Formats: sequence, structure tokens, C-alpha cells
Amino acid sequence: MSNTTEHEALAPPRPRHHKGVYDALVIGGGLVGSAVAFGLRQKVDHVAVLDEGDIAFRASRGNFGLVWVQSKGMGMPAYGHWTMSSQALWPELARLLNEITGLEVGLEQQGGLHPVLNEEEYEQRIKFMTTLMGQPGMVKYDWKMLDHKELKDLVPGIGPEVVGATHTSVDGVANPLKMLRALHTAFDRQKVDYLPLHPVGEIEQKNGVFEMTTPHGVIRAHKVVLASGLNNQTLGNKVGLSIPVRPQRGQIVVLERTRRMLHTPFSTLRQMDEGTWLIGDSQEEAGYVDGIVGLPVLATLADRAVRTMPALKHVRVVRSWSALRVMSKDGFPIYEQSATHPGAFVATCHSGVTLAAAHALRIAPMVIDGALPDTMAPFSTRRFHVQQAA
Amino acid sequence: MFNRLPEAQQALALAPVVVTINGETVRCRAGDSVAAALLAAGLNECRDTAVKDLPRGPFCLMGICYDCLVMIDDQPNQQGCMIPVRSGMKIERQQGAREVQA
Amino acid sequence: MIATTHCELLVVGAGPAGLAAATTAAQHGVATILLDEQAAPGGQIYRAMTSTPILDRKILGEDYWHGESLLEPFKQSGAQYLPGATVWAVAQMTVADATQGFEVGYSVGGEARMLHAKQIVLATGAQERPFPIPGWTLPGVMTAGAAQVLLKSSGLVPGKGTILAGCGPLLYLIAWQYLNAGIKVDALLDTTPPGRLGKALRHAWGFLTSPYLVKGLKLLREVKAQVRIVKGVTALEALPGDAQKGHAQERNAQNNQALQSVRFTAGGRTETLAATQLLLHQGVIPNINLAQAVGVEQQWNELLLCWEPKVDSWGGTNVPGVSIAGDGGGIAGAWAAEHRGRLSALQVAHQLGKLTAAQRDAASAAPRAAFMRAVQGREFFDTLYQAPEQFRLPTGDTIVCRCEEITAAQVRETVSLGCPGPNQMKSFLRCGMGPCQGRFCSVTVTELIAQERNVTPQEVGHYRLRFPTKPLTLGELAALPQTDDSKKAVIRLKKPV
Repeated sequence: MSNTTEHEALAPPRPRHHKGVYDALVIGGGLVGSAVAFGLRQKVDHVAVLDEGDIAFRASRGNFGLVWVQSKGMGMPAYGHWTMSSQALWPELARLLNEITGLEVGLEQQGGLHPVLNEEEYEQRIKFMTTLMGQPGMVKYDWKMLDHKELKDLVPGIGPEVVGATHTSVDGVANPLKMLRALHTAFDRQKVDYLPLHPVGEIEQKNGVFEMTTPHGVIRAHKVVLASGLNNQTLGNKVGLSIPVRPQRGQIVVLERTRRMLHTPFSTLRQMDEGTWLIGDSQEEAGYVDGIVGLPVLATLADRAVRTMPALKHVRVVRSWSALRVMSKDGFPIYEQSATHPGAFVATCHSGVTLAAAHALRIAPMVIDGALPDTMAPFSTRRFHVQQAA
Repeated sequence: MFNRLPEAQQALALAPVVVTINGETVRCRAGDSVAAALLAAGLNECRDTAVKDLPRGPFCLMGICYDCLVMIDDQPNQQGCMIPVRSGMKIERQQGAREVQA
Repeated sequence: MIATTHCELLVVGAGPAGLAAATTAAQHGVATILLDEQAAPGGQIYRAMTSTPILDRKILGEDYWHGESLLEPFKQSGAQYLPGATVWAVAQMTVADATQGFEVGYSVGGEARMLHAKQIVLATGAQERPFPIPGWTLPGVMTAGAAQVLLKSSGLVPGKGTILAGCGPLLYLIAWQYLNAGIKVDALLDTTPPGRLGKALRHAWGFLTSPYLVKGLKLLREVKAQVRIVKGVTALEALPGDAQKGHAQERNAQNNQALQSVRFTAGGRTETLAATQLLLHQGVIPNINLAQAVGVEQQWNELLLCWEPKVDSWGGTNVPGVSIAGDGGGIAGAWAAEHRGRLSALQVAHQLGKLTAAQRDAASAAPRAAFMRAVQGREFFDTLYQAPEQFRLPTGDTIVCRCEEITAAQVRETVSLGCPGPNQMKSFLRCGMGPCQGRFCSVTVTELIAQERNVTPQEVGHYRLRFPTKPLTLGELAALPQTDDSKKAVIRLKKPV
């Protein structure tokens, strides 16, 4: 990354609305960064988003689009609460975006299913959910293991091998691409300076103002939020934040459009509002390799989808995605503010759609207030040091 | 409208392949693709698009545009230009996005 | 389960490059398989040469029938040939295996199979360049290449009201082939800009000494004598409804809209012709999807205005074990393609230890010389027939992405929202996400974004393509072999996070 001074800066690719110091700035224009930036703009006037180029390790593009509560929080009940709070705020986020842009983001909160395909999976799932919900301090919601017969009423076409599925009414889905589009359209309408091709080289704090060095010159802001996924680690070091994240590959199979028939999404199979189908998801520790799609994983994904809904076997696979999730050590989000650089925050997670509402409507106001409240303590990186000491 | 040259017409007359297109019986030349048979029968369009419900017909004839999609023997979204006609084949317009039979 | 085949060399595509490559490789002892998606060999340029109903050789012309010379050597070579096989994935081996190489996913008759190959030669050729004019998605509008397929494969010729439009030798070739068959098209609307000939003449020396010259001039003369040719066409629209009355109906609004007329402007005059068939052509571009999905780097060709894979003089790419022969590696024509196929095969034979470097160099002298002769004069053509800007950079309601029905205005507006490149564009608009996987919109989208951002196409970049490069059913994919690792990655009985 170049260390150009303002004097030597290249002509920026897009003119900025605001030339001075921003009230708040987000580094990273994916789902997390864009949701935070949107939320910030509802509180303050001058907001910027610094993004990279067209080809970056864009986790957001591989997103399944679940707004999912079920299964979350084993080992950290606070995460269960956090997820539920986002679920509850999602309609408000969708309404705000629609009001500002006229666009819909495909939010459907009609419940969700986690399928099990044999007796072993059935037993394991009940055990897991029981343990999860039994954790002290865990958020409460109704869940039920539906048997095959009950499933058949809910999902016509369910495969005979699907012995059951855990159902909650709080789960749902949104359209992640429509989300991104709506957020960016909102930026345009509300004059947020979305600046692509502005990778950040250095961050310094001088007299309380953060200075980000980019190839197009230095950009300044009173507050900065790191939301650049896998890049948070490098940037965090510059503002006294140690953010251990690693890439975890996920692959998704995409089917062509069909007439809409699946209205209750599975965690592994859903039909988008416009008719295409998504099949997920894999978890592979494959390093920084998001370009190569592995055939055996696609076969396993396809196989399970066909068992879940046999009628799909004639529908055509048109694409696969391979994207890198941003994984912390324990898989839970990291929200933290810097002790050495007050005003610098980090927000990272791998459930960018589920948590978008919390990011926009809870994290952003916290950033403006200048501090994360104590309730957010479980999400700081101090939890890793505690683990190490133990 | 596409017409057969005499040599092709003779081949058809010698050994016609009989199919139905939208319910009507049509005689084709063995070896013709479904798309070619449609065009020879005077049909420039074969489907309605999934997004805006607009008519489309074969465009590239070499298997890469996916505009020649038709229903063949009740199977939706078949590429007409890549499939040869077969005796008794039922060819129908592909109307928008396909159905999934639950 | 499905058995997996093994070979040393897989050649994809049975056009001139693929046939020649497979022949040469097998002749040098390489265990070779040739997969092609069509039912018979020939690719597009020699399409249906073994099955065409047109037995009168004067109709298609001798250049077409030259393709036959590739068949007998191929049959004798010992290479295996599997027609009707569509390759949809070429992946580097995911299993730690003593044999390096590639896992190839392909489908035959609705059944997916896998094959392992140490080396791959992609010979997937070229495709028609997109020609985004208003109304280009109307039924009745096709590519000139499509018309050629109908002629060669089925002996079909268009009826009354047929118009050819665009630029490039193929338009004149097909007009000539139709004349030979007794068919006269209503008009040939030539979009080659006036003054372009002067620009191209700088390269005329190469052209004058090339084999294309004599054939080309004769063909041109015959077509000009019998077909109405309009030169210097600067605007072109395909219209539904009777535009001769002076009204153009709402193009996007109603159903049941098919081509009824073609409106064009040339030399300052606008004219409308009734039409039932409009055949468009403005050059060909490499078919890059498989190459790009396997990781081959692409570069923007400033003269031909398209993406092409970066290849060395043997067709080798940045992906070890993958080489490209023929027009898929950069447009150079059918004659050049077969020589490039031979050169790629010789390099593969050397890399597999069947030939020493010296033997390879000796054997390649003749094909390389033939290749140089075959490309003489191409710069003249490429300059003369470069697709004009207004037919590459649409505006307004003109469709850019045919599959998802996205317009030029939508693409341009999305750039103004800050979208820097085609992959973000996909995210915003679904542009390029349809079944054709960007084949008919990639170059348009790259150039539109470049124009809106005022940067080069090279800087804008191209769609990142992934497997499958052609659709296959979920059931087919589900039947392929899984591994312990793949099951562990997907079926997680421990807590998901």
C-alpha cells in the first residue's frame, strides 16, 4: 500500500461530497461496514466508507442471506441475545431502507428449519438444541423438532429421508445482494461518501483526529470503525486493536430460477424472492483460496439438497460461489473499542445479514456515543486472553 | 421464416421425424436440432422470459445464449439448439420460470 | 458409482485446433481424449462437415470443406473421441495424490462424469461478439453465426425479409453462400465506419501478401453485384410493429413483440425496411469461460476489444498444465487454429516426456511457419472491422444482460453509485448471473464501466467466473464422488456457529 501525501495524491475516482474531517468513517464496504455506515448516517451528517476494488476477498458476496437465530450462542449466551435483538430490529431496518431508497430487501421472517437426514443427526440435533437453550442466561425462544409428517405439511415436496427438522418462528431470510444495493443507494441519497478503490495503508491519530492514508490522499475522521473483514487484523494493529481472524472457506451452489414454491427456508436450502435457489453451506479451512471450487464438496452439497427436496434433482445448477468467511477464534463476533486510540472501533462477524440490523441500529449509535456499553463486553477480544490464561 | 434447401427437403421426405410443436404435428428432417425444427416450422419464438415475461427465440444456435429454451417431453428449460429431434417428441413453449413438481 | 477415466491429455473442443491438437498429441504417444459438446466434429467453423445435408460443395465453399482434411488423421491417431460431452468444470486435484493434474467434470446425455487428466488443452474457440442494439432480444433477431449453423447443419435458408447487419468478412461470406444456394438477402447493412479503410491500409502490405486477399476480393465482387449493400451505417435498431408508419411502439411494455422492421441511418439518411429476420455480426471474441474459471489470466486486447487469455508461443498459460489452442486463445482464424493446435500438442508431448526439447523444436518448425503465414494480413482485417463504438456501448433501454434483462441505463447508473467493476455490478444488478454466465454481456459491461469511470477496460477487469461453466442438473452433481473431507466440511454434527 502506498504512503502518498496529499500533495502527491492521484485524482480520486469519484468526487467527494464532504472535503473536511468526517464525523465518522468506516473502513470496509461489505455487509458489515455498509450496515454500520448506514446507521452512523442516521445519527451524524458526514460519513464516509473506504472500500477496496472489484476483486477483493469479499465475504459478503458468498452470503446465504439467513436472518437466523436458531443454533446461535453455544458457549456464549450473550451472542444468542445479540442475534435475537438484531432479528427484532430487522423490520425497522428494512422499513428505513425502503423509506430512503424505495427498494425492497426481500425480508421474510416466517420461520426457519434445520433439517436432519438420519436418526443419528436427529438425536444429535435435539441434544444440541436442548443444551443450547439450557445455558444459564440464554435467550428464550420456542423451538420444536418436527417429525417427517409435520414437515410434509409445512414443506410440500420434502424428501422421504428427511426424518425431521427443528423449527422456530423467529428465523427468516433476506436477499443479501438487494441489501447491499439498498445500502449503497441509501449512501447515494443521503450523501454518504462511498469511496471504492481506497485501500487504507496507514492510520494515525493526531489531536483526536484519525488520518487514513490511501492512494488518493489522506482522509480524516473523528471516529473510525474497522469493518474490513480479513484485513481487520492488519489495520487493527495500527490502532491498538488485536483482532485475530482467519479465513474459512464456504461454498454455495446456486440453482436456476423456478416458480416460487419454498416459503419456509432451511438453514441449508432456500429459495430467493426472485426464484433462484441457494444450497449451502460448507466450512473448510482452506487458507486464502477463494477462487478454486472443489468438486467433491459441491457433490456433497448437491447430494444433501436432493435428499432434502428430491424434486430439485431436475433443476439446473447455474453457478457456485466460494467465499471466505471471516472467522474469529471462537466464531463469535468481535466488537471492541481501542484503549490506546479512543474513537477507533472494530466490528467483525460472519453473519453479516443476520446482524445487519444490530450493526446499523445498535452498534452505530454506540460508536457515536463514543463507547461500547458493558453489555458488549463478551464480544471484546479480552475473552481470548482469558481463555489463554486459563 | 426458414426454408429447407432441396437436398434437405429430400432428406425429410425420405425419412421424416414426426414431432408435435405446441400440440401441432410437424414433420422434421432427422438430424435437425429442436431449434432448427422450430425455425423451419415458421416459429421465431420459443419461450417467455422469467423476469419480464417477454418473448424470445433462438439467438446463437451454438449453445451459449440460453434463449432457445423449450419444454421437451414435459422437461422444462431444455436447450433446443443442442438436442436433435426424435420421433414422437413433444415440444412446447417454455413459459417463464420453470415449475418444480413437488 | 460413476467410474472415473484417466488420461494424460484432455483436449476440449473438436474444431480445427482441438482436432489438430488431439491428432498430434496421440501421434506422439500421448494418451489423449477429445471431448466436444456437439454430436459431430468440426467446431463452429467446420460445423456439421460430416453430417451436412448440403452435398453441393459449391454452396458452402472450399474453405469449409478444408475441414475434412483434419478428420482422417484424427481417426488414425489413436486419440479417443467422445462427442455430446459438455465440460463444465476443470479443477485442480483437490485430493493429495501422487498423480498431479486436474479433475474434470463433464456431462453426457444428462449424466455427469469425472475424468482425471495430467494436462489440458482448451480449444473452445470463439463466439459472436455481443451486438447490443435496441431490440436485439426480439424474436427474429439472431447472429449471423446462427444462420450459418442453420445452413450447414440443416440446409435451412431464410425466407423473404432477411437483413444482414454489422461488419466483418463473415457477413459477406454468408451472403455469398446464400447466393450460391439461390437466396438473395434484402440488404446487407455495413457498419464499417467510413475512413476506416484508410486506417487499415497502414497494414495493407501484410494483407496484400496474405492468402486471404484473392479469395476475399472475388467473394466481395460477387456479393456486391447482386445484393443491396448499404455502407457506413451509423445507427441501427430492430423494431417491433410497423415503424414505416412513423411510430415505434413501446418496446419494453407488451408481450408478443417480435421483429417487424429494421431502422438504420447511413450518410445522414434514415430508412426503415420491413424484416422478419435480422442477422447480426460484428466479429468474434474468444470463449474464455472455462479458461477463466480454471484460473487463466486474461488481458484486454486493445485492437480486438475483448478479453483474451494470456498465452505464450505454445499456448501455455499461467496455470501449469493448462494450455489454449485456437481462437480461444486470441482470434486468429481457422487456418491459424489448426497450426496452434499442433504447436500446443508438441509442447504437451514434450512436457510429458515423449519428446525432447530438440525433437519438439524440430517438429514444430513447419506448423510455426504455417501459423505465421496464416496470420499474415489479420492486422488489416482487425483494424478495418473493429466493431464501432456506438454498437459496443449502448445507452438507455437497450438490453445489456440478455439473461437477466438488465438495461444499459441500469448499468451506467450503478457505476454512478460507486460500483467500480463487473463483479460488484453482478452483486448490484444480477448482471452476468444468468445461464449464459456473461458470455453475451461481459465485454459490454467492462467497456460501459470503463467509459463511465473514464479508465481503461484492463483496469476495470472482467467477471470472475466459476464452475459449472455450463449448467448441469442438481441430480447430476449429486451423483459425483464425494470424499471424507467433503462430507466433514458439509455435514457438521458438532455445533455450527
